[in-house]
Amino acid sequence: MASLEISALTKSFDGQEVLRGLDLSVGDGEFWALVGPSGCGKSVLLRNIAGLVTPDSGTIRLAGRDVTRLAPAERDIAMVFQSYALYPHLSVAGNLGIGLRQAGLSRADTAEAVRHVADLLGLGPLMNRLPQELSGGERQRVAIGRAIVRKPSLFLFDEPLSNLDAALRVHMRIEMADLHRRLGRTTIYVTHDQVEAMTLADRIVVMNAGRIEQTGRPMDVYHDPANMFVAGFIGSPRMNFLDAGRLGRPGRHVGIRPEHITVSRVSGAVSGTVDHIETLGSETNLLVRTAELGFVTVRLFGHQEFAANETVHLDFDRQRELYFDAAGQRLR
Amino acid sequence: MQRQTLKTWLFLAPAGAWFLCMLVLPLVVVFVFSFGERGAAGGYVPAFTFDNFLNLGARWAAFKNTLTLAPTGTLICLLIAYPLAYFLALKTSPRWRTLLLILVIVPFWTSILIRSYAWIYLLGGQGIPSLLNALGLGNPRLINTPFAVLVGIVYGYLPLMVFPIYVALERLDKRLLEASSDLGSPPWRSFLQVTLPLSMPGVATGCMLVFILLMGEFLIPAMLGGGKVFFIGNALVDLFLQSRNWAFGSAVAVALVLVMLVTVAAYLRLTRRWAGGRDDVSLM
Repeated sequence: MASLEISALTKSFDGQEVLRGLDLSVGDGEFWALVGPSGCGKSVLLRNIAGLVTPDSGTIRLAGRDVTRLAPAERDIAMVFQSYALYPHLSVAGNLGIGLRQAGLSRADTAEAVRHVADLLGLGPLMNRLPQELSGGERQRVAIGRAIVRKPSLFLFDEPLSNLDAALRVHMRIEMADLHRRLGRTTIYVTHDQVEAMTLADRIVVMNAGRIEQTGRPMDVYHDPANMFVAGFIGSPRMNFLDAGRLGRPGRHVGIRPEHITVSRVSGAVSGTVDHIETLGSETNLLVRTAELGFVTVRLFGHQEFAANETVHLDFDRQRELYFDAAGQRLR
Repeated sequence: MQRQTLKTWLFLAPAGAWFLCMLVLPLVVVFVFSFGERGAAGGYVPAFTFDNFLNLGARWAAFKNTLTLAPTGTLICLLIAYPLAYFLALKTSPRWRTLLLILVIVPFWTSILIRSYAWIYLLGGQGIPSLLNALGLGNPRLINTPFAVLVGIVYGYLPLMVFPIYVALERLDKRLLEASSDLGSPPWRSFLQVTLPLSMPGVATGCMLVFILLMGEFLIPAMLGGGKVFFIGNALVDLFLQSRNWAFGSAVAVALVLVMLVTVAAYLRLTRRWAGGRDDVSLM
């Protein structure tokens, strides 16, 4: 069991700053998700914590111990890779047990620990298979099993579900949440999928261009974003950013989520025509072209019929509007 | 469907004809000759006798030399080539790798004949022995010894061992090593449990290549062994070209093929169990 403290971490590759002084403080047993667009530095941060990359400056402390310069093997961590990185020459049982045998555990204790993890993840019937004989979801489970069997003080996940198909991803997401609840280990989880981050994490860290834009509980980040980047990154469909001057609101930009706009065929504050309709059954998304505000995305609950080029009127929920200055910082 | 069959045959015809004329027929001829007798003026006289095979003991030294020096040479090649290939594949920056790989092949640009001559001088009286003598380390005799032959074959065949191992190590998924280190293995353990097992196919290929060619080697023993250390290949050259005892030569050739088949089959069985098998926790 361990907390993770990162302070003033920097890293450059070939003169390009990838991490620009990061601070992070993860409590014991918490599940944190690092999210951000490709190239934001989230994977590099994870590799720094894992010890696969050594930072230029700053410190990483795990359970109060400075591990910044320690070899990966000395850190008491376990990482699950996006590619799974299972040993192709070992069976499932071999993959699960090899780390324990290496650590000097007896054959009987290893077999016991492997059986326990196999039961936990439902890998029992697969124990003698080679990785190439497994499906993607099964491989993913073995990779997770290989990490948890060692009982490390910190779990690191590098986009573990991104190679799975959509249905399996949802299933594994639930399993991950369940696993965390049962094991209660400190976890850092990198993903570009905000749904995974929102549903799994205690805390979300939104990163951009080597910096942390905001850290907070999923719903805090969603409802109370610090700036336009976070507001735009979290939430799907994306938040609308409209001209504050034309709406007579403070600041430069008004941010309003598509679900906080109502549509009427009779009257409203802003009029426009329906440009594009996405009917998903559970929800209906409209892209409305307006003369004064440009395109506005609207999200409606349930199945609603609209025709292309139909004239509609929009009303904004003023309570939910967010205001940003010219630099994109939130005005409160 | 028939067109397809015809096409397949047409594609296979050149290689098939080549193998038939250059491999199968000569092998049949050698096999038939091995039961014949030597003519009065040499050559071959048809007969059916096992005398040639019963007489193989006369060439025991050649068999013994080949069957000791070929495996030893293969092993030494492996011991030198593996670290070299490892360095090239995993520790060298891509910028230098190509250059260094070319350096491995460069010796092949010169004929093995000329390179063996160089070794005759290096190992001969004027070469390394005289240097050792000048340093007061004695005046050992190197040329025309099994040691000289061993040096020659290791030198000559090293690149054939380096490349298959290099390819195997180069293809190794480096993320497996990251995973291994992040799952608590120090580097040497990662090597033993990930790198080494996964490079075994390359090791097997390299050993096979070098071993099979060494079994048939005759040039290097002839030049660096000085007629004192001869291989089966030298015995064959002698029997066919000097003593013109084609029947006995054929028997030696058949024996060589059989020995080779048996060792290669045994080796394949061994490496398959060793490299391709499933390791369970209980086996580790």
